[in-house]
Amino acid sequence: MTAPDEPAAPAPAVPELPKLLDDCVHCGFCLPTCPTYVLWGEEMDSPRGRIHLMRQHAEGAPLGEAMVGHFDACLGCMACVTACPSGVRYDRLIEITRAEVEREHDRPLRERAIRAAVFALFPYPRRLRALRGPLRLYQRAGLDRLVRRSGLLERLSPSLAAMERLAPALGPAPRLPARVAARGGRRATVGMLTGCVQREFFPGVNAATARVLALEGCDVVIPPSQGCCGALSLHSGREDEARRFARRTIAAFEGVDAIVVNAAGCGSSMKEYGALLADEPAWAERAAALAGRTRDFAEYLAELGPRAERRPLPVSIAYHDACHLAHAQGVRAQPRALLTAVPGLELREIADPDVCCGSAGTYNLLRPEAAGELGDRKAANVRATAAELLVAANPGCSMQIATALRRRGADIAVAHTAEVLDASLRGLDPRTLLARTT
Amino acid sequence: MTEAVSGLAERFTALLGPGGVVTDPVRLATYECDGLTNHRARPALVVLPDDGAQIAEIVRACVAAGVPYVARGSGTGLSGGALPRTDGVLIVTSRLRRVLEVDVPNQRAVVEPGVINLDVSRAVRADGYYFAPDPSSQQICSVGGNVAENSGGAHCLKYGFTAHHVLSCEVVTPEGEVVELRADDPGYDLLGVFVGAEGTLGIATKVTVKLTRLPETVQTLLAAFDSIERGGTAVSAIIGAGVVPAAIEMMDALSIEAAEASVACGYPPGAGAVLIVELDGPAAEVEHQFAQIRALCEEAGAFEIRVAADDAARALIWRGRKSAFAAVGRISPAYLVQDGVIPRTALPRVLARIDALSAESGVRVANVFHAGDGNLHPLVLFDDAEPGAAERAEQVSGAILDLCIEHGGSITGEHGVGVDKARYMPRMFTATDLDTMQMVRCGFDPAGLCNPGKIYPTPRLCGEAPGVRKGVHPLVEQGKADLF
Repeated sequence: MTAPDEPAAPAPAVPELPKLLDDCVHCGFCLPTCPTYVLWGEEMDSPRGRIHLMRQHAEGAPLGEAMVGHFDACLGCMACVTACPSGVRYDRLIEITRAEVEREHDRPLRERAIRAAVFALFPYPRRLRALRGPLRLYQRAGLDRLVRRSGLLERLSPSLAAMERLAPALGPAPRLPARVAARGGRRATVGMLTGCVQREFFPGVNAATARVLALEGCDVVIPPSQGCCGALSLHSGREDEARRFARRTIAAFEGVDAIVVNAAGCGSSMKEYGALLADEPAWAERAAALAGRTRDFAEYLAELGPRAERRPLPVSIAYHDACHLAHAQGVRAQPRALLTAVPGLELREIADPDVCCGSAGTYNLLRPEAAGELGDRKAANVRATAAELLVAANPGCSMQIATALRRRGADIAVAHTAEVLDASLRGLDPRTLLARTT
Repeated sequence: MTEAVSGLAERFTALLGPGGVVTDPVRLATYECDGLTNHRARPALVVLPDDGAQIAEIVRACVAAGVPYVARGSGTGLSGGALPRTDGVLIVTSRLRRVLEVDVPNQRAVVEPGVINLDVSRAVRADGYYFAPDPSSQQICSVGGNVAENSGGAHCLKYGFTAHHVLSCEVVTPEGEVVELRADDPGYDLLGVFVGAEGTLGIATKVTVKLTRLPETVQTLLAAFDSIERGGTAVSAIIGAGVVPAAIEMMDALSIEAAEASVACGYPPGAGAVLIVELDGPAAEVEHQFAQIRALCEEAGAFEIRVAADDAARALIWRGRKSAFAAVGRISPAYLVQDGVIPRTALPRVLARIDALSAESGVRVANVFHAGDGNLHPLVLFDDAEPGAAERAEQVSGAILDLCIEHGGSITGEHGVGVDKARYMPRMFTATDLDTMQMVRCGFDPAGLCNPGKIYPTPRLCGEAPGVRKGVHPLVEQGKADLF
């Protein structure tokens, strides 16, 4: 209820906002699953508290440093959406809010510079590729160890240091053809999103995804015209940029039965294209259609049903729920079912599966300290499973958890669900998976 | 910010560091209410201490400055028990969340007040134990809050309230002294006085809880009836047969609709009421009584009975019930959660009267109750955008409490009086009763600074306003009361 002395509420910029805010009944069920509440125990860094701040803003309170700081601190993991019994669309609320922050709020110069660098680099596979050569050289020459010991980057910029720490060890990056033909009888024609970070830093995941789909009887179309899906921009409030990426992705993928996405963050944002482009008559329908055809890799294979033979893969796996897969897309059972169907494979659950690992898109670059604490918690839980291999469906999570484990002096091999399945379908030795760490 | 408060802010920043003190108005506002949103007050200052010693220092500083203070846990209370004072300090215990000690052989655990209820059970489940009080908010409500409100839950029919599961508390008294109150202390049962005092007699900084052995077997059934009356008949028959289930819960059609919309619990379609009955204990006993309950439900006219085959099915049955309050948000823009008690046998009569009230006023009421002990939770629905709707809902809600009193019940079963029901206290108690209760309060808190404005409609004995009292109280002067 508004106190009588508060300024009159201006007309909301987003008409649906008041209704979205009103859905929250302040019960607090979201608190224990919110990573920042778990860390700091503060109301204003909980979903319930952030919604309260959004309401204050809607009722006329300006977007000040304090308010923006709490919005920025949100990882966007959507665990609260899963936990909420009242069906509050916090995902929409934080998206609307972030877009408004981007429009209205003047960030300090240093913050602006880091953000500009992140968004000028990550959504562009070509720019990432240009970075691969120097990065490989840097790693091979052992400069990485030297720089980390010196602490130089940490002093210069914690964000830069985080980027450096998180960069995976790079191997060769095979290019994928524009089309991979189905093995055996063709069951479907699917498009495949190659992503940005996935494509440049984890090329093996895309190769494995394409092989598994083909072995399961799919013609895999990999349009060379595709680029970034816009997930990073969308989740950071850069709506215009996100729309630009979305339009390009839609155009690249028309004419396939389904678009299979192996990166959780990308899949969840593509499923939101309908809402993102709802106000553009030329695109609204195409966007909704593409969103309806978008499937996560595991989700798609579960719908398709298995055909190829699973060969034994004796390995113990800790499966990590990527937030944008479990919370944003509701895909939890399918990857577990796919993995446990592999003979000899032992699946182990990680404690507190609902709590984010701290990767969260660009979060671990922009808020390295909080991300590091969350990474440490996740790493401890992963370690407690004593599994040989960590499996996650998002490149960011893999990098984040492996980095946190390495900080604790424990290396763990990481793989994507697709790579595990690929190894089983091709009858590979599990050691090929266990030999690799990020 | 008054001078006294800004002085405290400075002092607390030195004590807790800048991260432990909130002074920014925008941030402070996020603490303006707990789980009950129709009472709001922006605190003058919020502090987030890390341990009990800091809480003691904070309380002493508040007392010295004559500034009122309120303790808050996870902020899920439903009577406004943790409603801040606009001129006071809010002491938040959410950072005191360590399980300090687990002593399985002696079935006890020592926890800090900010530990989440369910986390106590999680910490000891591997050893075969759990913490029995299970309010519906158990995934987030804090043990300190449970102690303050003497929280119950679905299973308190068999296992009792928080008071039955607390062995001792380390308490910062309203004057800032640190004392230990123990259940086995000889003399007055001060722990009994403290638990359920709604945060008016001090702040618990350590709680020793009793751990309960996990039952050998749990059996849960869901029985669907076409009317509340039939469900009520089944409840009376079950209790009458001498069975003490771990829980008997009932939901009416409207609350079922809300739960379905929220968590898709898949209750039998077309049910006018569902009954959830849970039995736990030794396998042989549970099996025998379960058959008995089934038969009694069928006799009462259950048209469908489902038995949970495993933990997942049981969790789904409970999910509908436990999310019911918040789930009502799906079918109504706003609502009031009421909490009243009636004798079990009066259930059909009172429900018929609630129905009539609802029909007369045009205000929808959804009913959820702990049927086994007659604890009603009517949910009064309204649209806060509609002028006058909140007031009408408030009237219906108050009339329901009158019904409870009329039938020999109480104005609260487990949510507490807080600020929300203080005005109903005179309907249950005479002025002398209330004065006597306040004498107890003044014994602990002569300055009237510890969570003032809660429970009692007017602070009669300690002066009309909180603060250090001056002179002799009129009642003391008249020889009617003594202050020690």
